[in-house]
Amino acid sequence: MQPFDRVVEEHGAVVLRVCLALLGPDEAQDAWSETFLAALRAYPRLRPGSNVEGWLVTIAHNKAMDALRRRARAPVPAGDGTDLSPPARAAAGPDPAQEATAGLDCDLMAAVRALPPKQQGAVVHHYLAGLPYVEVAAVIGTSPEAARRSAADGIAALRVALSSPAGASGVSTSHPRPRKR
Amino acid sequence: MGPSTNTPDHDHTPDHTGIPGRPDGDDDGLVTRLRDAQPMPRPDALVALRARLAAEAEADGLLDVAYRVVDSPIGPLLVAVTYDGVARVAFENEGHDEVLEELAAAISPRILTAPRRTDPVARQLDEYFAGRRRRFDLELDLRLARGFRRQVLDQLRMVDFGHTVSYGELARAAGNPRAVRAAGSACATNPVPLVVPCHRVVRSDGSIGQYRGGPEAKRTLLALESAA
Repeated sequence: MQPFDRVVEEHGAVVLRVCLALLGPDEAQDAWSETFLAALRAYPRLRPGSNVEGWLVTIAHNKAMDALRRRARAPVPAGDGTDLSPPARAAAGPDPAQEATAGLDCDLMAAVRALPPKQQGAVVHHYLAGLPYVEVAAVIGTSPEAARRSAADGIAALRVALSSPAGASGVSTSHPRPRKR
Repeated sequence: MGPSTNTPDHDHTPDHTGIPGRPDGDDDGLVTRLRDAQPMPRPDALVALRARLAAEAEADGLLDVAYRVVDSPIGPLLVAVTYDGVARVAFENEGHDEVLEELAAAISPRILTAPRRTDPVARQLDEYFAGRRRRFDLELDLRLARGFRRQVLDQLRMVDFGHTVSYGELARAAGNPRAVRAAGSACATNPVPLVVPCHRVVRSDGSIGQYRGGPEAKRTLLALESAA
């Protein structure tokens, strides 16, 4: 079994990319930390020959979905003066996730984050994490064929969202129009 | 900075996932644009996250082995510390990757590079090499040495800075005068060289003998101690 440090080294970047795509820069770091802490806890029990990247993306997906549910449950900031931001975030220093997204195609990523969860997961895990549909299906808890359909539906929805920003659900129209390539 | 400047791994050629650069129905390049929109973070983006992970793992009791590599006059030394104490000091010639794999198998795969727990041993090694320390004041985890080898190491801890003993004397002190070869192999497999000073064991004819870090390292250490 590889030392866990090597696992972080090999897969840390792709997990951060998944967290950024699912949650955006503000919450991605917390999700990344929660993912690797949970993975570290379970790591000695991981079966030899397991697909480590698929396993990590599954954990990251679940942590991100937890974060989205928390966000949905608490849309109003707490008024009792309680600081809900984790203290560890300050200790982590400058915000690498924020820097990593500077000047990027924010419209598109906002549209990805506005997709329904299954489509969002299928698009991110297939096109950004590079997982085949068999593994995408395992991550989001569906069949490979359904995962493929969700990804196709997601891509179609992104096309619609980007071609008519005003009509896209949840996509901010305050951003500049997507650049043509 | 354009969206595609730092995504060399996502060009228009097929990649390891088998996804073509321009998949079916990607006439307008949306899938390609999607990959460029969220590029792979660079390794330096992960430095702070890895430090935070090590700190949280330590606090949660999940950091079974903390390690770091320290520079020294005899080359980079890997130091690995469990919750009980220093478990391993490894020379470069042992192959640090191999040593970490051995630790994963023998102690736990929950291994992370972490500064806090390894600070005391790193600092004391620095002081030792600078001639400001004659004795290491560290908790040890000697689980990697068992039986007679462990007894030999226990005796070895009492050999002071600047002194040497022979393998025969060491075997006698460990309770088995005839186990000279076994005393030698206990030194050769000492999991915590320097901290348990196996470099202070020499042949009875006065020649320097073998060393896990190579005879040149042993010579350097003995010279350092005799000069102080």
